[in-house]
Amino acid sequence: MATEVDSLEQVSDQGRLTVGPFQLNSRLIVGSGRYENATVMKECLELSGAQCITVAVRRERLHDADGENLLDFIDSEKYILLPNTAGCYSAADAVRVAKMGREILRALGNPGADWVKLECLGDSKTLLPDPVATLEATERLVADGFHVLCYTSDDPVTARRLKAAGAAAVMPAGSPIGSGQGILNPNNIRIILEYLKDEDSDYPVIVDAGVGTASDVAQAMELGVDGVLLNTAIAHARDPHRMAQAMKSATYAGRQAFLAGRIPKRLYASASSPEEGVIATHPYPRGK
Amino acid sequence: MVVHVNGKPIDIAAETTLAQLLLQLEITTRHVAVELNLEIVPFENHAKCELHDGDKLEIVTLVGGG
Repeated sequence: MATEVDSLEQVSDQGRLTVGPFQLNSRLIVGSGRYENATVMKECLELSGAQCITVAVRRERLHDADGENLLDFIDSEKYILLPNTAGCYSAADAVRVAKMGREILRALGNPGADWVKLECLGDSKTLLPDPVATLEATERLVADGFHVLCYTSDDPVTARRLKAAGAAAVMPAGSPIGSGQGILNPNNIRIILEYLKDEDSDYPVIVDAGVGTASDVAQAMELGVDGVLLNTAIAHARDPHRMAQAMKSATYAGRQAFLAGRIPKRLYASASSPEEGVIATHPYPRGK
Repeated sequence: MVVHVNGKPIDIAAETTLAQLLLQLEITTRHVAVELNLEIVPFENHAKCELHDGDKLEIVTLVGGG
């Protein structure tokens, strides 16, 4: 499954995504949910180039017809798993689920045991986070030794509070989870980056949720975020394999563009070809 | 005696250990976390964890998620 952008190449000229003690070779983190089947999921994870895969913690189905487990399809030697607390609506539930995820990963010997993607939801229609419960859960999990990656809204004030509470990374949503609306308020993402990276330029900010297609990833990366976390945009694309590759390329392209530095936007044109020596006549006085 | 696993009552023999229960349920220990009466039982302790009538167990595993 060769792709045009080799992950080692990404590392060599863009640096790793560093979150707490973890150093990831890819700035793209992908989820493992909502795929048509486990085989497609496995292939798409590979094509995305991601090294970190998010997973959810759920009750074991005691009488499973096929007896299949997610871990039969995700090589826990190859990927760093990032357990989430998806579906939790209170700090108490999120802390409980985080501890269960830690125990599963510890039993597996996966390095992801001590980190968690914290989701404390406030509303089932929007899946927007409850900022109060998220902050409380962050404090409790940090006290318990977790490296907490906080899913949050794009509110800069909440983002700052979560960092102050000890979050290892703050992960603002571009738009609601699974909505595919992209980055609805790039200005808020810019302000979050300014606030959180002030005198701490390595502090990781990751756009989590809302991505619909590759240009959304590129836009997020061009704003200067350290990484992007997405799931549905690949899993529900018409051709998930192709979209996984597109997301990988977009992550790389967006980061390159950020590092390269875009030109400022101007109201008027600025000719690329020299005016000197032009043979055409000019219909208006210069400057009009 | 009866223990409750993920909300379902299950009849098991007296002095059954957690490891034996998991074996009985055909659950791969390395893929799950077990909470006994709201306290996680580390996998190293499954074999010596004796169950009691009325115990409430939650057995969770990983599933696909974002």
